[in-house]
Amino acid sequence: MGIFSPGFVGRRRDKNPMLPPGQYEVTDFPVLSAGPTPTIELSDWAFSIRAANGDLKAWNWQTLMAQPIDDITVDLHCVTRWSQFGMGWRGVSLDRLFDGVDTSTEYAMASCYGGYTTNIRTADLVNGQAWIAFQFDGEDLAPAHGGPARLLIPHLYLWKSAKWVKNITLMNHHQLGFWENYGYHDVGDPWKEERYS
Amino acid sequence: MVDWQVAKLVEAHDETATARTLTFEIAGWPGHLAGQHVDVRVTAPDGYQASREYSIASGAAPAAGAAPAAGAADAMGGAGATSTSGAPGGSTLVELSVEELDDGEVSPYLVRGLELGDHLEVRGPVGGYFVWEPSQSEPVQLIAGGSGVVPLMSMLRTHGAAVAGAGPAGHPSPMRLLYSVRAPEYVFYGDELRRPAALADTSMTIDFVYTREAPSGADRSVGRLTRAELETLSLPVAGNPLTYVCGPNGFVEQIAGWLVELGHPAERVRTERFGGV
Repeated sequence: MGIFSPGFVGRRRDKNPMLPPGQYEVTDFPVLSAGPTPTIELSDWAFSIRAANGDLKAWNWQTLMAQPIDDITVDLHCVTRWSQFGMGWRGVSLDRLFDGVDTSTEYAMASCYGGYTTNIRTADLVNGQAWIAFQFDGEDLAPAHGGPARLLIPHLYLWKSAKWVKNITLMNHHQLGFWENYGYHDVGDPWKEERYS
Repeated sequence: MVDWQVAKLVEAHDETATARTLTFEIAGWPGHLAGQHVDVRVTAPDGYQASREYSIASGAAPAAGAAPAAGAADAMGGAGATSTSGAPGGSTLVELSVEELDDGEVSPYLVRGLELGDHLEVRGPVGGYFVWEPSQSEPVQLIAGGSGVVPLMSMLRTHGAAVAGAGPAGHPSPMRLLYSVRAPEYVFYGDELRRPAALADTSMTIDFVYTREAPSGADRSVGRLTRAELETLSLPVAGNPLTYVCGPNGFVEQIAGWLVELGHPAERVRTERFGGV
């Protein structure tokens, strides 16, 4: 390629095989958000899944907490290039919540309190790959990080792990979410460096 | 998304003791909107690479080779006039302001290492929500914390250019900046923000809040912005302004929360943050 920046050495600390291409490690869990943090009382909180045939399954806080809860330790990768390793979460596997729902449809859209949306392939939400997470690092999830509950899809860039998630709708047609409409990638696999479309 | 493009450093100056403004000449730049970012990649002679995102400080620019908008150049005068081309051969001048981070890998190099004539690579522009376009006609409130002023400066410069290009009628949208900063020596773009040319744009208002140390003669004691001050120093809800807040996460979280409490609809408050909780 031949474009070198003279005098640049770099820290070389990022030659870590756990780091996807173009990422660097942080330890302070940065916050990124397009608007104000919504205030959501647990008594008002609800989450639902709409199947492609229109059927709706819904949970309030009590019925979510009645589900089997997983302890999850994962590395997270943000499209703005930071990665953080070994982050400890608690949440309910989407596999549990999808029980009885036809997940053979190709597309899904997550919608949130505050209006954020992100599109995800249904295949990225099943088989132990995604959770509704409500604790981080032993504490209730802070509102700025998506509390009371957010989607957690660690194998995709973090904008897919929608904060303040309210609904997942399964769809037979393709549709773009919030950042995807602004040129961010449809799928968002950090190991393929799928940042932009 | 276009691929990585070569960018050559053609101008640089210290913005503060810890930040530097760098102007790059980029051939074939696809243009950008005020508020967008760019990915920057530097490569060591042995091939080691590191990339980071930085906000663009210069005003909106059309694609290289396209005719600049009327009045787009030099609206706020002098150093701010990198808003459009001015570079030879279908290239664009794009200005970034970089704050050196204590534990940074790329920022120390950009602030203290990169020299005039050196090259690096850029890719972008990136982001499309935290942007302001001259076609927007509503009142605009900008609120900056520290180096969060950079993308807001791009909006101010773009607004200044639009005002200059609009003739006697001016631009319909007033733009107001509320800038919270530690001390006078940490103010970015101080000369430009205080310059009579900027102040002559009567649709633009700029207020400074100093949190640790104020200039002599300041009419406000130092300290963090309060909710009451925010209400006084920002555009009222009644005018249905669009508010852009950029800064460290704690600052943005506090300000955006207060704006909602003051009655601004959440969808009228756009945020950009850096750092952790």
